[in-house]
Amino acid sequence: MTTAGPRVAPIATPDTAPFWEATSRGELALPRCRSCLTYIFYPRSHCPSCFSRELDWTVLSGMASLHSFVIAHLPAPGFDPPYVIAIVELAEGPRMMTNIVGVEPSPESLELDMALQVVFELQGDVMVPRFRPVDEGK
Amino acid sequence: MSPMAIVGAAESERIGKVPELSALQLHIDAALRAIEDSGIPPELIDGIATAGHPPIDVAHYLGIRPNYVDGTRVGGCSFLAHVRHACAAIQAGHCTAVLVTHGQSGRSRIGMTYPDPGAESMHGQFEAPFGTTGPVSMLPLNVLRYMKDVGLTHEQLAGVVVAQRQWAQRNPRAFKRELLTVDDVLNSPYITYPLHAPECCLVTDAGGAVIVMEAGAATALGVRKPLVHIRGSGEASETPMITTMEDLTSSQAFRTSGQLAFQSAGITPEDVDHLMIYDAFAHLPILGLEDLGFVGGGEAGAFIAEGRTAPGGQLPMNTNGGGLAYTHTGMYGMFAILESVRQIRNEAAAQVEDVRVSVAHGIGGMFNHAATLVLSSEAA
Ligand SMILES: [Zn+2]
Repeated sequence: MTTAGPRVAPIATPDTAPFWEATSRGELALPRCRSCLTYIFYPRSHCPSCFSRELDWTVLSGMASLHSFVIAHLPAPGFDPPYVIAIVELAEGPRMMTNIVGVEPSPESLELDMALQVVFELQGDVMVPRFRPVDEGK
Repeated sequence: MSPMAIVGAAESERIGKVPELSALQLHIDAALRAIEDSGIPPELIDGIATAGHPPIDVAHYLGIRPNYVDGTRVGGCSFLAHVRHACAAIQAGHCTAVLVTHGQSGRSRIGMTYPDPGAESMHGQFEAPFGTTGPVSMLPLNVLRYMKDVGLTHEQLAGVVVAQRQWAQRNPRAFKRELLTVDDVLNSPYITYPLHAPECCLVTDAGGAVIVMEAGAATALGVRKPLVHIRGSGEASETPMITTMEDLTSSQAFRTSGQLAFQSAGITPEDVDHLMIYDAFAHLPILGLEDLGFVGGGEAGAFIAEGRTAPGGQLPMNTNGGGLAYTHTGMYGMFAILESVRQIRNEAAAQVEDVRVSVAHGIGGMFNHAATLVLSSEAA
């Protein structure tokens, strides 16, 4: 039961464009403050911790842990319920919203704090970061 | 500081399923009824505040020409913030009587014109691509983290519904009046795991309005109903995105707003006879009870499950049945204020005895904002 229409794709703005350029290369990247070393999510053009404008776009490891999640049972454009909407905590610290893929969308298959790694999926003409459980022993 | 009061208050005549009125008409029906409730001449109203519809649309449709306009739109708690702002504006001499209105056709979708933030917004870039469908898919995102870190069982969460249905059963205007057991809730279909259908808010049509004036000026005019004194208020923002909350198990906005409200009223939680905590979803009263200081961290689930907030309990909460069972248009905050007003005026459907101090607390968006009012039958 998918609702009509494709998944909505993000449109970059000047402050976020490097994020979406990185995902198109298969990389997860965030601005990092040169003064206080804070990783900044969502991307901004200054550091909200120390107000410095000196930022460096930094490629991240793509590793994360499952901080919290819901299983959506209502349809959304382009999504077949049930599907998982999650908050993941990136290895570098910030938390972001995503979907968990590559695993059954059931409470039994999803455990808080489980290890995840980023994957990229084309949505419209944009590569969107999603996360799947880390392959253990591989 | 001259004391301020709510001098008129009303809901639209009909709530629930009202397809014969547009959202704007729901604002107006409630506004006309609040003016009638107050007994003040409509031409005295020189301030307007609302969220959703532009305040000028509401003022002009109604027939007033305000010189104080507050279009603060911070989610469902906007109307609590409007009351707080109105007190400051009247105090500063900017206006005399502020009308705060709400109207939403959440169920029938008549005249609902709210803009989508768009694919270039931060929501459009970092939330919407993951299949979000509004609050129902995002606001419950902190529940499992709370369950793991603080300790809350699915049974205790269902207990919030059980308690509030007991209030709703006593209220003929409530949308869902059937009593439910914990098992009934847990056997209901999931809307958004871990929340079952009865743990998610209703979607209804309704309007509400209140009028704020300086208490002495209202008394001199001879208003019809007992004054509901605004003893204190607070509000606070944290973040536009639930992912960036400092701690998913406790809302910084709730804590700060509550502290400001209690401090400005000069009271503590022990002084509160009646409580409204905006319950768009069953976990909000749990965080609210803890973040406002009514119980300690991790105690709210058991507190509610033991019936302490149900009829006959020590802290009657969400006595209209709440957003889970009474009505929930989309921005429910106005109905939390109105139930506090009814309890203080001794005119509630499920009336609690001797309510002198009532606290109404609202959430805005996905823990983005919060606003809190301390209301009382007594000026000090
Ligand atoms: Zn910095």
